[in-house]
Amino acid sequence: MNSLNRKLFRDLWQMKGQAVAIALVMSCGIATFVLSRSMLHSLQLTQDTYYQRYNFADVFATLKRAPESLTERLAEIPGVGQVQTRIVVNVNLSVPGFDEPASGKLISLPETHRPRLNQLYFRQGRWLAPGRDDEVLASEAFSLANDLHVGDTISAVINGRQKKLRIVGIALSPEYIYEIKPGDLLPDNEHFGVFWMNHEALSIAYDLDGAFNDLSISLLHGASAPEVIQRVDDLIEPYGGLGSYDREDQLSNKFLDNEIEQNRNMGMFAPTIFLAVAAFLLNVVMTRTINTQREQIAALKAFGYSNLEVGGHYLKSVLLIVAGALLVGIPMGIWFGGVVTEMYAKLFHFPEFTFRIYPSVLLGASGVAMTAGVLGTIGSIARAVRLPPAEAMRPESPTGYGPTLLERLGLGRLVPPVALMVLRQLERHPLKTMLSTIAIALAVSVLVLGNYMQDSVNYMMAAQFHWVQRYDMSVATTEAVADRAIYELGSMPGVLLCEPNRYVSVRLRAGSRHRRVGILGIRSDSDLFGLVNMDGKPVPLPPGGLLVSQKLAEILDVGVGDWVQLEVLQGKKPIRQAMIAGTLQDFAGLSVYMEIDALRQLMREGPVVTGAHLLVDPKFQTALYRELKETPLISAVTVKQHAIDSFDKTVAENLRVMKSINLLFACIIAIGVVYNSARISLSERSRELATLRVVGFTRGEISAILLGELAVITLAAIPVGLVCGRFFAWWMTIAFDQELFRFPLVISQQTYAFAAAVVLVASTASGLVVRRRLDELDLVAVLKSRE
Amino acid sequence: MAGRATGDHFSRKLLTAMTGKTATTQESVFAARKITKVYHMGEVDVHALRGVDLDLYRGEFVVLLGPSGSGKSTLLNILGGLDSPSSGTVFYGDQQLTDFDDAALTRYRRYHVGFVFQFYNLIPSLTARENVGLITEIASNPMTPSEALAMVDLADRADHFPAQLSGGEQQRVAIARAVAKRPEVLLCDEPTGALDVQTGVLVLEVIQKINRELGTTTAVITHNAVIAEMADRVIHLSGGKITGVETNTTKREAAELTW
Repeated sequence: MNSLNRKLFRDLWQMKGQAVAIALVMSCGIATFVLSRSMLHSLQLTQDTYYQRYNFADVFATLKRAPESLTERLAEIPGVGQVQTRIVVNVNLSVPGFDEPASGKLISLPETHRPRLNQLYFRQGRWLAPGRDDEVLASEAFSLANDLHVGDTISAVINGRQKKLRIVGIALSPEYIYEIKPGDLLPDNEHFGVFWMNHEALSIAYDLDGAFNDLSISLLHGASAPEVIQRVDDLIEPYGGLGSYDREDQLSNKFLDNEIEQNRNMGMFAPTIFLAVAAFLLNVVMTRTINTQREQIAALKAFGYSNLEVGGHYLKSVLLIVAGALLVGIPMGIWFGGVVTEMYAKLFHFPEFTFRIYPSVLLGASGVAMTAGVLGTIGSIARAVRLPPAEAMRPESPTGYGPTLLERLGLGRLVPPVALMVLRQLERHPLKTMLSTIAIALAVSVLVLGNYMQDSVNYMMAAQFHWVQRYDMSVATTEAVADRAIYELGSMPGVLLCEPNRYVSVRLRAGSRHRRVGILGIRSDSDLFGLVNMDGKPVPLPPGGLLVSQKLAEILDVGVGDWVQLEVLQGKKPIRQAMIAGTLQDFAGLSVYMEIDALRQLMREGPVVTGAHLLVDPKFQTALYRELKETPLISAVTVKQHAIDSFDKTVAENLRVMKSINLLFACIIAIGVVYNSARISLSERSRELATLRVVGFTRGEISAILLGELAVITLAAIPVGLVCGRFFAWWMTIAFDQELFRFPLVISQQTYAFAAAVVLVASTASGLVVRRRLDELDLVAVLKSRE
Repeated sequence: MAGRATGDHFSRKLLTAMTGKTATTQESVFAARKITKVYHMGEVDVHALRGVDLDLYRGEFVVLLGPSGSGKSTLLNILGGLDSPSSGTVFYGDQQLTDFDDAALTRYRRYHVGFVFQFYNLIPSLTARENVGLITEIASNPMTPSEALAMVDLADRADHFPAQLSGGEQQRVAIARAVAKRPEVLLCDEPTGALDVQTGVLVLEVIQKINRELGTTTAVITHNAVIAEMADRVIHLSGGKITGVETNTTKREAAELTW
């Protein structure tokens, strides 16, 4: 090793504390980059290969009953590749050993060959034996959640008849990566599962011999999905088609795409914050190092080291810190990848999901980290390079201090001299003071941001479960029935209150924009279903017209008073016009509400209902649930408590993990910034402080001068950070403003207090570490050395 | 280009013949003509050099004597290629330093000049041997660091860091570092300025030894008139001008000096 490199390593060793602090901050940026980008690619790759290998369909449709002969006509539509018809029915299930019944989807499989589309990944067991009507393949998510194995038996109510079904295999499908009951936001694998059964068994049970009620289509390369959808709709309309849709509206795919998008956003957002802070810290440290080494630089130049060699020397030390950061950050990112993969395993069910490390991502991480390091220091390094050697030989002239604003205002005499020194120092380097403040503020804001997610989700869940869903259970009927039938539910044991509703699937169209949604008709004086804005303010249900999610209004580009076309997707499929009478700032999905009588009027129908919301005496809940599930009229029963439990098991747990990761990150930033600032101050002022000690100042007094500066910066940074945190949170609400979820901008007092407290503690701790060095200050040596 | 260089070379010889007292017999290493240096300090212009003509001859030991602010450091920096004059020309042998670009000046310093500074300017994170190594690694025909340290009598302190050495020892390391590349010229800026008499004398002895044994042209800046007694020639500077040049008929040994 040559002498210059030896100097490099020894200099770095000398400032190891600072170098480590900076490398750690930078490694957080690298880790989040590696995590988000690799996760993004891994999810995309897994999704793509799974879809491709298992022939995930492109277009989907549900209908009432169509003859198999329609298949040929569907296949003739230009752009259509494969057509797979099948029978899909919703059933109630009971699992032995579990009190609460569950619900499921039974999907038919051809007996003679594998399905052409939406093929299954076989995990365990065997394929269905031809001709058997009592065998099923169960989805892995449901089997795991209910501890079911090959050979176990469940029972299902198939077309009104209880039937025992033996699980002969466990399978996964690209259609149900996110296995969720339609209408739910979170998977509840314990109470909802997907099963596959022989086609004939189902067709006989549902009287669909030679017919089908569900359709999947793959498109040829280059085919236009909207055109195919239009033609498919035309063909299936006479058979009770509910309108076909493409992958974008396929539930599981939609949630997965949403997650991929979130990774994309995080991959931009988090690394930017960390790398910016690291660049700033590097800038401060390199500027100081180059200042203290002015004369060394001069000597190197005097002896014939070229500008390139001198610049390269300092650049190398920056790159070494970056390399250290990469050495920590990349494994950290990979480790986080493992943690997040585990979190995903609870939500997304792939045959195999491996968090893959992409060389391109690692190269990218190295690239951005190096760029941040170089950008942060190139200014000071260029100054070292440009420094004329003759000038570098002379020590820097003393920094010009001036009276502070306080003194200029004539208040100088009110302030003790120690405070004046602190203030003058701060005012002397306004840019550095500002950047230090911003960096600590960023630490505060990362903490605010980390807890904001939890606050927001808690608020969202509280609002959803207490303000909106004031019921305990909601039931849906198999088809529209006279409201008498529902009122009978009210007399079941345990039902305290029963409110009927009417649900209609429609396509809302405004000009060229359209969306498939459901209109929920409820009573305007409903006690069990609340219509509230994000801020908790109740929104009255207009007597006529539609009340729509704000997001839906944005998507359709309509406002209150505008008319939209309403294409009913069921029954006789009437087309109506309706007015947007109000908008609702809700949290999730795209919702449309209407006064139930107004909806019936629009549909030109009598007092029919498709479901009800129930308030239930908790003592009777399980019994009632069981009874409801066995009522043939009822197709689905949703228990609010199940949703809450499922939330606690998945999202809440994931949020806790994310929160601790954020806490770690914020502490690293706070400690990194404060420790570095303190070390730099100590280095810049050790002579001055030693002089003060010699003339009789106590250790406490000189500590006050050194740490006072940091205290002022930290205290100034906290409110700035709280505001920044709120701003970032707001930014995130915009970035995550999607069709599936919208996060309310809710930040609790505790979150603010916690963020401030953590940064205060981190700052105090780093301040004390530096103070110890101050105590060890060798007065004589410091004064003898030439600055 | 070549024609101009030859012309310059000729006029330089001519000028040397006209002004230099011993020019006819000695080969000049440096020839500076009418050099001025103006520093712009905010709104004031500081004239550090106001038209200096100077020749240094091969192998001689010159002391540049003057009070602080006389321009002697500026002059030394210009000769050493650390700084360039505002006007005037400087020749090193037959090469015009004042025409050199930054890269050429760097090469010039790298291969031809040895510097010794008042405050040693050692790299604190490198040992004595490594400080010398810093230079020998980039020079074309260097001594080994051990040889250089032996010349200044510090072979046994080679693995000490600057902080573990006394001021005089540090300055001797600095001298070893300056001479290790076998420079043609050794430029010393107040080499004893930060040292006490005894240590200062020790350092001067080393410089004298280098000058004698290696024949290195040596220029020492000082405001200490005693040091002038060991020089071949003494050049007096004041207010940015040369106010006199004397040739010592009898040079004193560094060891005999005291102040």
